[in-house]
Amino acid sequence: MPENQEPRTRSLRLGVAGPVGTGKSSVIATLCRNLAGELNIGVITNDIYTDEDARFLRSAGVLPAERIRAVETGACPHTAIRDDVTMNLMAVEDLEQDFAPLDIVLVESGGDNLTATFSPALVDAQIFVLDVAGGGDVARKGGPGIARADLLVINKIDLAEYVDVDVEQMVKDATAAREGAPVLALSRKQQDTVQQLCAWVRWMHSQHVNGSHTPIDPGPMAPHFHADESGEGYFHSHDDDGAAEPAHEHK
Amino acid sequence: MADNAAALLLLADGRLPAGGYAHSGGLEATIRAGRVHDADSLEKFLTGRAVTAGLVAGAFAAAACHASTKGDRVLLQELDPELDARIPSPALRAVSRSLGRQLLRAATAIRPHPRFNELDRTAHQPIVLGVAAAAFDLAPRDAALAVLHEAVAGPAVAAVKLLSLDPFSAHAALARLTPLLDQLASEAAKHADTAPADLPSAGAPLLDIAAEHHATTDMRLFAS
Repeated sequence: MPENQEPRTRSLRLGVAGPVGTGKSSVIATLCRNLAGELNIGVITNDIYTDEDARFLRSAGVLPAERIRAVETGACPHTAIRDDVTMNLMAVEDLEQDFAPLDIVLVESGGDNLTATFSPALVDAQIFVLDVAGGGDVARKGGPGIARADLLVINKIDLAEYVDVDVEQMVKDATAAREGAPVLALSRKQQDTVQQLCAWVRWMHSQHVNGSHTPIDPGPMAPHFHADESGEGYFHSHDDDGAAEPAHEHK
Repeated sequence: MADNAAALLLLADGRLPAGGYAHSGGLEATIRAGRVHDADSLEKFLTGRAVTAGLVAGAFAAAACHASTKGDRVLLQELDPELDARIPSPALRAVSRSLGRQLLRAATAIRPHPRFNELDRTAHQPIVLGVAAAAFDLAPRDAALAVLHEAVAGPAVAAVKLLSLDPFSAHAALARLTPLLDQLASEAAKHADTAPADLPSAGAPLLDIAAEHHATTDMRLFAS
């Protein structure tokens, strides 16, 4: 089959991004464990070093090992999901062909910083994962992933009391940064939150299948601050719908 | 310089989305083995790579460009097993085909051209580059030069991530290598219509061994 031809069965390609150690692999393992009985799932991992994440997922036994493939990104995890998605795109298409029909391919980004988001050329929708241990103020800082991913997960909420984070406040801050877009407080040890995560993925899959989901690009311009002469200033983003704010140029 | 040099710059640009950034051209394994540790040893590594694997890849790119321009599909097909025979390491052959597939994907997307239909989707990277060069009406020497540039620029940029090395010294090595690359590109281009079996076959056994070691190493930064 020539390249550039869409595989016979096109899955929902769902990206999972977020900083190092926030629990991206764990979110994927949780999804596979809970949804593999009803949806056909494949997984692509992107590691900074070798194929550690793929091995973790294979050893978790949540999917047949051959449905979990690693893409090595040469120390550039952000490049592989944004500027040059060729490797990942081909890995996704191969998986879709080899295990057709797949309902969902989960693409796990290598852990990166707050600005790394998936290109819509690679995924149809994306989850951005933060955790309470990274600090309660991270959600408030915004950034393309936090503000505009299809779903923001605040993970490891069972640890909140040990790191002095007010989960309710963190969710509130995140919801404000996202202008009301969905935020999910998650702990794999709290089954009700796991069920909420699964329900969102089922919903996104149905939106994809019935054609009502339009992929959005969270990046690249992060919300940012502009100082003014009074020593005050304003914080804003460059969303298309952010018409309330004055347009300006970045030099 | 050719009138269409802009197309050559486009094809040779490391920013072309064809996955090259994930590879170190054997440098990571060579550093691990202690054979490269500073700017001088890096330059020797790059020189060695250019005159061996670089020249072979350049000659195959030139030949592929020539065959594609002539529309000689049979000749193009013959190049593939001949290049295989010049890459003893199975890991390196796999890398060459994987990079070829990514380049084919990128080239087809940015410059749709019937010439690409003559290629197998697992074609080696230098052969794909030769055909891409032909699709842009570039000459065999251009194709060879692009491949030679990639053969040294990839590892030189990787070196900055792998060694505590001033990025300027890595690029200074590349700057000193430019006359050699030009000379090798001309030599490669002389083989544009050489019979595939008689194309250059310079070997670099340490690169082959490094690739095999790298493929089974656990903690690695680059895919090759």
